[in-house]
Amino acid sequence: MKISIFRLVLLCLTSLIPVALLAILIFLTHYSWSAILFNGVHFLLGKTWSLGNLYANPVMVHGLSVPVGANYGILVFIMGTLVSSLIALLLAVPVSLGVAIFLAEGVPPGSRPVLSLIVELLAGVPSVVYGLWGFAVLIPFVAHHLAPDLAHLLGFIPFFAGPVGSGYGLLSSSLVLALMVVPVITATVSEALQGISREAKEAAYALGAMRFEVVWKAMLPMIRTSLIGAIILGLGRALGETMAVLMLSGGALNYLPNNIYSPISTMASFIASQLDSALGDPTGMAVRSLAEIALVLFLIAVIVNVIARLLTGGFGRAVHN
Amino acid sequence: MQSIISLPVRLQRLNPRRLVSLMGWILCGIAFLLVAIPLLDILYVIIKDGLAAFSVDLFTQVTNGISGGLLNAITGTLVLTAGALIIGTPIGVAAGVYLSEFGHGGFSKIVRFLGDVLTGVPSIVLGYFSYVTMVVTLGWQFSVLAGTITLAMMIVPYIARFTELSLLQVRHELREAGYALGTSEIRVVARIVFPIAWPGVLTGILLSMAISVGETAPLIYTAGWSNYLWNGHLIREPIGYLTYVIWSFINQPFESAHALAFAAAFLVIVAVLLINTGARLLLKRPRNF
Repeated sequence: MKISIFRLVLLCLTSLIPVALLAILIFLTHYSWSAILFNGVHFLLGKTWSLGNLYANPVMVHGLSVPVGANYGILVFIMGTLVSSLIALLLAVPVSLGVAIFLAEGVPPGSRPVLSLIVELLAGVPSVVYGLWGFAVLIPFVAHHLAPDLAHLLGFIPFFAGPVGSGYGLLSSSLVLALMVVPVITATVSEALQGISREAKEAAYALGAMRFEVVWKAMLPMIRTSLIGAIILGLGRALGETMAVLMLSGGALNYLPNNIYSPISTMASFIASQLDSALGDPTGMAVRSLAEIALVLFLIAVIVNVIARLLTGGFGRAVHN
Repeated sequence: MQSIISLPVRLQRLNPRRLVSLMGWILCGIAFLLVAIPLLDILYVIIKDGLAAFSVDLFTQVTNGISGGLLNAITGTLVLTAGALIIGTPIGVAAGVYLSEFGHGGFSKIVRFLGDVLTGVPSIVLGYFSYVTMVVTLGWQFSVLAGTITLAMMIVPYIARFTELSLLQVRHELREAGYALGTSEIRVVARIVFPIAWPGVLTGILLSMAISVGETAPLIYTAGWSNYLWNGHLIREPIGYLTYVIWSFINQPFESAHALAFAAAFLVIVAVLLINTGARLLLKRPRNF
């Protein structure tokens, strides 16, 4: 069959989606190439991020011009990203499961739209507004109540022992991240729960199971794969979150978190906060190293999302709730 | 009275299974409250402090250092959002139409999958990509065009997926009837499929609009910030936007800056919630087909 011009135009515009992804990969790699050469593996394993002496004459290292003493290691930000995301997931997964079960099976169908609207609205709140709320409400609450109480109650576990700090840090960031991840997981899980056939549920009831037992022992195991996919999808969201973390993390530089109240930086928040100072580097190596962080974050996000989408069976479920 | 009398009877029937079940439901309810209370508190705090900071000046004055109004940011957000939709809507809708009408092959499967992946790319990565390519290499500097293209990259996969899903809901017989009459592909889509499927397409566009209004990270390195009204230049001219005010002004140690941040947050959240609610209502509208 002859392909019409109409179809050809649509095809060209459609290909922009894969082209965009490819362009991000190519241009970030290209731009950060000299940084990749200069930093080597040390980039991922080093704990020190230092722009070096920006006022002295740059030195040549392996044919690359860099400021004296420049050292770009992002282990602190990788750890900050991973630890804050994992704590957020630990908090968000049980809550999301509870909310999804509550909405899918626990409330009368008539009130379901109103209640699920609350979760949908939570997904719509912009990241920077979460940050503002965190600044105004959560930080004081964590600093004066939650952190001291936690340190008092769980202080025997090293990770929870004081000093409790200012409220800015890992705990506050993880709490807000959890709040932002809950709608993502809840949407996917309740979609999967609602997709379970009536017969399967009736079979469980026929065995004498109570309503909650049906959900917990029969329905949840059926959606295992979707559940894992949903959690990884949530992980992807938490890893890349920028503004709220930037406003609440305390912006740690050059040290790893030693307890749950420590200030942290994530890769995303660090990129967002550092361009101004990186631009002060006349050799451009700092800006290129930031591009390398963006590249690393891009690759992690792509891998995480590919796994999540393979498990949940597509995007339709995640968005079209 | 009935319930009080039957209470002891009910308690007697609380065997371990019942107890576990009851506990389960209670925990699920608590989980819901753990989510609902922060949301209500966010709305309460932003509305209370936002309204307290309201004045006519917000809408008539531009930002002046850490005080003044928000006119530049309000118009900037409108310009950036409109720009993102102008660029993103044709591409997204075209991709959605292609995937739903002609997307049976392996290429479409890959595009669908990569569209999913693109929505998962952190927005700051998109922002830095645009910084590297448009702002630096192409020399556009902080500009409206760099900001809108970055936002468009974010929203295209959403619009494409919403378009595809709503077009797929149109019965196939209707298309076949059109083709049987010798109608061209473009007319079948425009005259038969779209008149039925438009609410879903519009929902995708509205949700994308809400995303554009609320985004910050992809704009910091592309749109920059400006205290002045936009002068109509697409490149080499930074532009202000509301979310920047929230992020940047709350870090200033001045009352006037905090007031502006809350006022900006109020405007953003009202806009986002109104657009979101409108989009959901549109989707739940009863259909004839």
